Amino acid sequence: MSESSTKPALPTVRDAHGNTRSVATLFELSRTGRQGVTLPPLDEGADETALMQSILPEGWQRKRPARLPEVSQLEMIRHYVNLSQLNHSIDNNFYPLGSCSMKYNPKICDWVGNQPAFNLVHPEVPQALAQGTLGALYTLQAYLKDLTGFCAVSLQPAAGAHGELAGMMMIRAYHQRQGNTARTEVLVPDSAHGTNPASAAMCGFDVVEIKSNERGLVDLNALRAALSDRTAAIMLTNPNTVGLFEEDILSITQMVHEAGGLCYYDGANLNAIMGRAKVAHMGFDVMHLNTHKTFATPHGGGGPGSGPVAANEKLEPFLPKPTVEQRPDGTYWLNHDRPDALGQLKLFYGNTEVLLRALAYLVCYGGDGLREVSEKAVLNANYLKARLKETYHEPFTQTCMHEFILTSRHQRADNKDINTMALAKRLMDYGFHPPTVYFPLIIPEIMMIEPTETESKETLDRFVQAMVQIADEAKTQPDLVLDAPHTTPVKRVDEVAAVKQLDLNYFANHAQGAGN
Amino acid sequence: MAKAEDYGIPEGTKFLDTHEYILFDEDSEVALVGISHYAAEQLGDIVYVELPDVGEQFEQGDTFGTIESVKAASDLYMPVSGTITAVNHILEEEPELVNDSCYTDGWMLEITVNKAKQLDDLMDGEGYIEYVEKAAV
Repeated sequence: MSESSTKPALPTVRDAHGNTRSVATLFELSRTGRQGVTLPPLDEGADETALMQSILPEGWQRKRPARLPEVSQLEMIRHYVNLSQLNHSIDNNFYPLGSCSMKYNPKICDWVGNQPAFNLVHPEVPQALAQGTLGALYTLQAYLKDLTGFCAVSLQPAAGAHGELAGMMMIRAYHQRQGNTARTEVLVPDSAHGTNPASAAMCGFDVVEIKSNERGLVDLNALRAALSDRTAAIMLTNPNTVGLFEEDILSITQMVHEAGGLCYYDGANLNAIMGRAKVAHMGFDVMHLNTHKTFATPHGGGGPGSGPVAANEKLEPFLPKPTVEQRPDGTYWLNHDRPDALGQLKLFYGNTEVLLRALAYLVCYGGDGLREVSEKAVLNANYLKARLKETYHEPFTQTCMHEFILTSRHQRADNKDINTMALAKRLMDYGFHPPTVYFPLIIPEIMMIEPTETESKETLDRFVQAMVQIADEAKTQPDLVLDAPHTTPVKRVDEVAAVKQLDLNYFANHAQGAGN
Repeated sequence: MAKAEDYGIPEGTKFLDTHEYILFDEDSEVALVGISHYAAEQLGDIVYVELPDVGEQFEQGDTFGTIESVKAASDLYMPVSGTITAVNHILEEEPELVNDSCYTDGWMLEITVNKAKQLDDLMDGEGYIEYVEKAAV
């Protein structure tokens, strides 16, 4: 970096390999007049004002040019490539983020989703010319029915939470159709995903929390006490968010049905039971699937996602439309003629390319392969649990499903300053993404670890070694843990300031560096 | 065992098992409501408190607001039935007062108590400390 530079030095960081990488914003890199693309001049004699007016009426035109950064193409490419090198992803290292199923996306799924035969089909083309796409979606519906045991599927919802909302709207529509307007309460266990009470509340239901018992499962007495003629439904995920299978699931769904309520299954943890248990057989009426958690479509970053809903005969009429159906001659069509349906939740056929990736995943593995996926996910979680239970406190000792929880109780007993957050931050120095921490809320100082099926024993052993070493550091060199992370581009973040003093506008706070 | 005053719990404070406290003044029949030192510590740095409006009425156990920390967002529950007579608006700007002094500057609501008998079923300071020591990590 030049010593004689008059401008302040642009910010850089060192990545995990010790290489210097620019983290300057495009505004800091901007220099007046620099261009990424040089456009040809206007034709000789052309009237720029009249030309602009023909494109956009004057009242809608900017008075001043937008304050856009001025950089060369190469600078822009380097900017984004350098930032991407600072990311952690499943493609560079282990990512045991419990409840999120950060599983590997087989690249062939992307290849399928990117085929021009699919992605060049304009959504407005006549259905007769989109038979390939419709056929693929029809096949996906059939596979999801088979996997869940339900009789009907709609691929419309654009995300897991969207599917959850659709499911709860179907339950509301069902009760309204039955004339049961007094059923206003939805039961949600205290370990539930936050989206469950949110979806119920969005549909106008009152949320009633059900306590977990000392084994981390739904307390049947608490459930019995909460059921009444006001009960509209229960929302459950099984295995639940502490990674335990609800052993009393058949009693739970039976009790809710006897009270006149319906049973909603949150598909977040479906990765644990594929090919082993069908959700419909557990007594549920409707569910959503997270294609990104279970079928390796892109995950995180705000989408695009997909959250198909599946339902039994009772709720099938209310599924969002259209559904894809097949005529006797083998051709496919979109069925909009569903008078009781919620309506259309998403333009066109839903997020088709995400759904195609899910289909590719299902086809690649097949029925036996999917069962093996779940078995390995469960095996990997139990292996880690067994290896770590001597070092970390284990609130629930029974065999877990695809994820499990530990706490920092032992480490806190030695040093009250150590908490789960500090241990999680230290894990980054070992190159691992930290597990989910402080969720669910029912266990203090919790961490939730989900290795997923695709990790090798060697990777799991490296993770165990890091976790054991961090526990040792907490005892012998607590500052190393308390000040972690030390090797990441950004060190310990002030989380309170990050929430309370949001810094969202470059020009409000850093206007000096602006190129213009 | 620790004593209530070690945690700065004012005499006569009663607690819910969901960690809200109520301090009732018998003469004025007005009570202060907030969350306990233990709840504040468990939540960690508190960044946001959403409280109801003056004049709103709540039954015992109703959700009266939300508290958000860097770790989690939680509902706040009404210790007894009552009507809101004042709200600590300073918490909107300085939610950290709940961490610093939950029983004094970090109070949340002032309420008139409709059914003083409901107070009898709540835990007193000593009982509450015993309760949280059992749950502590």
